Amino acid sequence: MLWVDKYRPSTFDNFVVHKDIADNLKKLISSGDTPHTLVYGPPGAGKKTIVMALLRQLFGPGVEKVRVESKPWTIQLPTRKLEVELTTLSSNHHLEMNPSDVGYNDRYVVQEIIKEMARSRPVEVQGQKTFKVLVLNEVDRLSREAQQSLRRTMEKYTSACRLIMVCSNISKVMEVLKTVAQNEGLNLPDGFAARLVGYAERNLRRALLGMEVCKVQQYPFTDNQQVSPADWEAYVSEIALDIMREQSPKNLYLVRGKLYELLANCIPPELIIKKLLAELLKRLDDDIKQEVVHHAAFFEHRLQEGSKAIFHLEAFIARFMCTYKTFMLSIMAD
Amino acid sequence: MQMEKADKPASSQPWTEKYRPRTVSDVAHQTQVVDTLTKALETANLPHLLFYGPPGTGKTTTALAIARQLYGHSSASVQVIDGFPAVHTFYAPRYPCPPYKLLILDEADSMTQDAQNALRRTMETYSKVTRFCFICNYVSRIIEPLASRCAKFRFKPLHETVMGERINFICEQEHVQLSEESLATLGAVSGGDLRRAITTLQSAVRLGGPVVKRQTILDVAGQIPPEHIQQLLQACKSRSFQELQKQVDGAICNGYAAQQVMLQLQGLLLEDAEASDIQKAGALEAMAVADKDLVDGADEHLQLLHVTSLLQKHLSSSGARAA
Repeated sequence: MLWVDKYRPSTFDNFVVHKDIADNLKKLISSGDTPHTLVYGPPGAGKKTIVMALLRQLFGPGVEKVRVESKPWTIQLPTRKLEVELTTLSSNHHLEMNPSDVGYNDRYVVQEIIKEMARSRPVEVQGQKTFKVLVLNEVDRLSREAQQSLRRTMEKYTSACRLIMVCSNISKVMEVLKTVAQNEGLNLPDGFAARLVGYAERNLRRALLGMEVCKVQQYPFTDNQQVSPADWEAYVSEIALDIMREQSPKNLYLVRGKLYELLANCIPPELIIKKLLAELLKRLDDDIKQEVVHHAAFFEHRLQEGSKAIFHLEAFIARFMCTYKTFMLSIMAD
Repeated sequence: MQMEKADKPASSQPWTEKYRPRTVSDVAHQTQVVDTLTKALETANLPHLLFYGPPGTGKTTTALAIARQLYGHSSASVQVIDGFPAVHTFYAPRYPCPPYKLLILDEADSMTQDAQNALRRTMETYSKVTRFCFICNYVSRIIEPLASRCAKFRFKPLHETVMGERINFICEQEHVQLSEESLATLGAVSGGDLRRAITTLQSAVRLGGPVVKRQTILDVAGQIPPEHIQQLLQACKSRSFQELQKQVDGAICNGYAAQQVMLQLQGLLLEDAEASDIQKAGALEAMAVADKDLVDGADEHLQLLHVTSLLQKHLSSSGARAA
């Protein structure tokens, strides 16, 4: 079992990082009140963990018995029949889904699932909750229409409750790392721990996975041991170096092959652009940074609107090459 | 309508419903509207109505209160009819009562042009037995022929003192302790929207218990502490790109929504005496473009970095600190 899963807190009492939020949620639930909840925050901050703990608190250990179902849904629309296949994760008390998986038809699927859940409402038994919970992952990917149609469905229970999930305190990440190391019987030197925290970018999952990888590479840890970045990150840095070295159609062609490889390995194009920009910014002159950021933002926006990622990635790189070359030439002319 | 809900446990009822004013004269702050409507209600001679104004200023409340005063509270039946966003029809069960029904169309500005055109004739045909009440946020989206058939009422955003009174009243009823400072924060956060203020208050009480702190309100409303925004603005004014990048990375890692950052940054920038009008104009344009891109689903980190780098460019450009 990965350490990330092994040390995932399963009840509110075990939380170290978002102790205040966990306490608040516990208070909220014990008062018999469950509002709609929106949990947001950067990846690896513990959103999913806290939702699972919330469900456990509500329904008891039964929620951990989940089954994966891949079920075809046939939905009757006014003009046509819609058939989609959707994988859901469910227990007796909750249902979890990624509505964005079904693309632009998400609206109908979400409505249909809510209808179905409402139909099979649990019977009121002493001490049992009379509702089920629908966990919608990645709602920010839900289309605008789907969000509009959810609005009506939710409106009766307007009390939405917002929580900010952040991992803002670096010492907390360190604390968790140390606890885990202790439990695993590892010796964690301070210098190495600090480097891990820096590598993790406040993402706890990243920190733990990183530590586990490092342990496989070399143990016992030494104080100046390097944390090696993920393969794709190293690959993107390589691309960044390439395009800084030579700006020519030939090189663009070579870089294209590398981009294809990244995409073929299911690295999301947004991440590629972001990482590439971060790498480029490290090496660029201050005068040109603003323009490069502008192009990155512009092409990332286009990428969201369009459908073929490679066009926009390539366009960004071509644009960057052009900007960089002009800049270098202007410096030489001075 | 609200009466029937009273037997439910108190915690499950939103306070916005619980403390909704029951009569027209109870509606806060909209004196002009209230005066006119009270007179009309005395004679039960009601024109078609069109209420418009920003959210949370009491439009729906007024409409429901009119119905209540005309027919008595038990007469409301809410129907949702296809094609219309939300329709409340009020039948007339009690005598003597006005010889017409009241039809409330909520969120009328999201009706299509075609639907509005279709209503023109209908309104005239049934004007003997029906009064229409349109409620909307943007009066410009109601087609002219419809608007001209109605008596228009504009609802003003609530003043902070009026809102404070109402909030204090609710606090008293719910045994909530709210300090002056928290009240001011609540007012600033909700921007004249009473419903938002009450919802925020209730969420804050749910989370933090009966003693409401300023920080809880900021958390619940999704606001970013002003210090962070101040730092970001300072970074925009500095000429160091590295500093800027650090601040933006920090903001994103803290989980702040980019649109919220921009909104608060904009507020701070407008008040800033150091920047010239031209600089502000350039900065605002950059923000507007970025906002549109964000709505389209662009990446928050990149957009925020982009907008702040543009801000930096504008604010340090031409060396023109308007002195």
